[in-house]
Amino acid sequence: MASPPQISSTPQSIFRPNAKHREAISKIFRIICAIGLGIGLVVLGLLLVDVFQDGFARLWQPGFFTGNASRFAQKAGLRTALLGSVWLLILLLLISVPIGVGAAVYLEEYAPKNRLSQFIEINIANLAGVPSIVYGLLGLGIFNELFGLGPTLLSGALTLSLLILPLIIVASREAIRGVPQSMREASYGLGATKWQTVSNHVLPYAIPGIVTGVIISVSRAVGETAPLIVVGAVGYLTSNPGLLRRFSALPIQIFDWISRPQAAFTNTAAAGIIVLLALLFVMNGTAIYIRNRFSTFR
Amino acid sequence: MQLTHQTSTAQGTSIISTQDVNIFYGSFLAVKQINLDILRNKITAFIGPSGCGKSTLLRAFNRLNDLIVGARVDGTISYKGRNLYAPEIDPVEVRRQIGMVFQRPNPFPKSIYENIAFGARINGYRGDMDELVERSLRQAAIWDEVKDKLKQSGLSLSGGQQQRLCIARAMAVQPEVILMDEPASALDPISTLRIEDLMQELKEQYTIIIVTHNMQQASRVADMTAFFNVELTDGKRSGCLVEYDKTEQIFQNPQQQSTQEYVTGRFG
Amino acid sequence: METPNPVSLSIRRERTLEKSVTRGIKEKIIALVLLGCALVSVLTTLGIILTLFEVTVEFFQEVSFAQFFLDTRWTPLFADQHFGIWPLINGTLLISAIAMLVAVPLGLAAAAYLSEYASHRLASTLRPALELLAGVPTVVYGYFALTYVTPLLRNFIPLDVFNALSSGLVMGIMIIPTVGSISLDSLRAVPSSLREAAYGLGATKMEVTTQVVFPAALSGIAASIILGISRAVGETMIVVIAAGQQPRLTLNPAEQVAAMTAYIAQVAAGDTPRGTIGYKTLFAVGSTLFLITLLLNIISYLIAQRFREVYD
Ligand SMILES: Nc1ncnc2c1ncn2[C@@H]1O[C@H](COP(=O)(O)OP(=O)(O)O)[C@@H](O)[C@H]1O
Ligand SMILES: [Mg+2]
Repeated sequence: MASPPQISSTPQSIFRPNAKHREAISKIFRIICAIGLGIGLVVLGLLLVDVFQDGFARLWQPGFFTGNASRFAQKAGLRTALLGSVWLLILLLLISVPIGVGAAVYLEEYAPKNRLSQFIEINIANLAGVPSIVYGLLGLGIFNELFGLGPTLLSGALTLSLLILPLIIVASREAIRGVPQSMREASYGLGATKWQTVSNHVLPYAIPGIVTGVIISVSRAVGETAPLIVVGAVGYLTSNPGLLRRFSALPIQIFDWISRPQAAFTNTAAAGIIVLLALLFVMNGTAIYIRNRFSTFR
Repeated sequence: MQLTHQTSTAQGTSIISTQDVNIFYGSFLAVKQINLDILRNKITAFIGPSGCGKSTLLRAFNRLNDLIVGARVDGTISYKGRNLYAPEIDPVEVRRQIGMVFQRPNPFPKSIYENIAFGARINGYRGDMDELVERSLRQAAIWDEVKDKLKQSGLSLSGGQQQRLCIARAMAVQPEVILMDEPASALDPISTLRIEDLMQELKEQYTIIIVTHNMQQASRVADMTAFFNVELTDGKRSGCLVEYDKTEQIFQNPQQQSTQEYVTGRFG
Repeated sequence: METPNPVSLSIRRERTLEKSVTRGIKEKIIALVLLGCALVSVLTTLGIILTLFEVTVEFFQEVSFAQFFLDTRWTPLFADQHFGIWPLINGTLLISAIAMLVAVPLGLAAAAYLSEYASHRLASTLRPALELLAGVPTVVYGYFALTYVTPLLRNFIPLDVFNALSSGLVMGIMIIPTVGSISLDSLRAVPSSLREAAYGLGATKMEVTTQVVFPAALSGIAASIILGISRAVGETMIVVIAAGQQPRLTLNPAEQVAAMTAYIAQVAAGDTPRGTIGYKTLFAVGSTLFLITLLLNIISYLIAQRFREVYD
């Protein structure tokens, strides 16, 4: 062993020191990313400010909540639209919740691993990506024409129910998947049947998650406009809604007001938007409250 | 390793017996070639290193493995002479007669009362529910601790209490056999002793099979003990039954070297 | 059976191991009802396909494929009828392109920030805040584009009252969460060992993010972008309200255009009885829209599937 191996020519000499420079660029990149995130939030803020500026005063003028549709911006009110949305909401809950939760229970607890189940799953995933206006065409073709319901509240409710079904199914499945397997084993171990296990243990355990998902899904439907336009909702209604009558809804009324050429309708539309956003805010807030409240309980 | 695991009838009558049982998860053979008779109104302990298939076999006795996709049982497991896996047998009925207590206490997130009443109700119990609840809780030696808070959640109890609640829950269905999968492994020593005492009282009316990692526990409570081990065949690990005999025999005079090593703690 | 306490074992007596017929039937019925619920989704898909294509077939009995695919004008309701779909596709694609120019950089920047920079706490507050953008009803975005963004932009550039630009910009904001959330999930799915390896070589945070994490998450990001395009193509209210109703072939974002969805909404809002050509065009355009979004969704799904395989 004559001399130790030469390792002295360390990389330092070959590599130019550039760490400072690169670090600086990295810092800038971070700021750019933060700005990217910020822009979305800022625009959301601008939107809210704009809407409130335009509509807040109009909101408190007499008759805004109790008046019917009108040709005059100052007289136009939300009554029929509000009633329509409330009706829709109730019908949606009645139609889509049992079917959606039933489908979720089937897929999580019953479905064998076979082609049919796989097919159903793909179907649901696909339906979630179908544009809402296409659901409108479905409603127009099936409920209005084939079933002969015509442009009615029921037809609109059925259409929106199909629209949010995939959302409810996905949310409910997630909630059901969160039920610990030990609960099922405990129940089966006592000799419970599948349905006894599902109805007594799985569903009660999953309910907070399901309720949260249902509220969020339904609130999505409450803000939907396009499919309702297609099935025939209108923004000039003066009579009370009924199951088999022509109907209005909040977003439809807002759209109608936005489309009016007179400038004064802008404020009326903005006031309507405030009401719609407030409704959605309350619904989503409730959903989040339920989720937090019951997840800490566990 | 050729042994007959049939026990002489002099020790008692058998209630569950297995013939050449193999249990698979998909293509994985988890437990192979099990032949043994479980004796009525006796406590049988399953011991052995972890992963040797004790839980798997236990859960096959009340068809709880049916819940696992891909799990399959070969051979015959008979209960009172009937093949449990025959097509006309209803797993729901099997589980009503062969109850289960799990490793982790798993009370329902409902009231203590409801925890007990549920099983009885689905089993079509028409008697006095209050009485049944009280009797089950007394049998599980937990009545005094919970009698004033039957409306409270089962989850509000301590771990040991929860496990006794689960035992009471299992007994309320009045099974003939109770399967216990390491029921005390998550519990403190005092709760453990209480549960062991409990088992001694219960064996008058029930047949008990208990999986345990705890040698003292097996020797304290069990009449019969089965020692399982992992065997390597073609590079695959499968659980098998090494030795099954009276507990004293297993602990004081085991016939197999691996049993000897295991019970004296010179193993795994 | 000999028992010390006859009451205590009351249930034991009436027992069998056999399947009970009534209970079997009851459980079967329940299972079937639940299966029925699950099949509603299949029926919905079938319903969509059948209604769309039934009327579309009727449409093509009156209008030739050549008229539909080769003509450059779309005026089905005018005296001088033309049925060329391209102006509508033009409108849709122009607006969608603008939207993606907004949504992709902002969505990815947001995802990068939330995944690589923000603390867990901050990210768990900011993410839902960002996702609020997806919860705002689109009619509200339409209002915002028409009454705020367009007038604002007109201070700087000449724009039609209805134009592709402001609807595209606002739509882009709406789509940020679609791109951002899915990308965020795939960035987070990149194993941290990969990052550590890169840091170990002396890379800066930006280098790690752009050269290691992003490439590793590429298929998830690609899937999110394609899903975003699909959203843009299918969006109705923003374009109805703010982009106008004039089908034309143009790449000028300052002009008024008509998207496919806008055409459907506009015509459906008037009365179009079944059997009229107006009614049929709704479904012909609807079919085109459905096929385009379906294709995009399938591509996105396939890409996402691949991504899943990589990390499982
Ligand atoms: N649900 C399952 N799916 C696949 N393999 C399983 C499952 N449960 C247990 N196993 C495997 O079966 C073998 C026996 O497991 P187990 O019965 O839990 O052993 P023990 O209870 O003796 O510790 C183990 O190798 C385990 O990995
Ligand atoms: Mg085990």
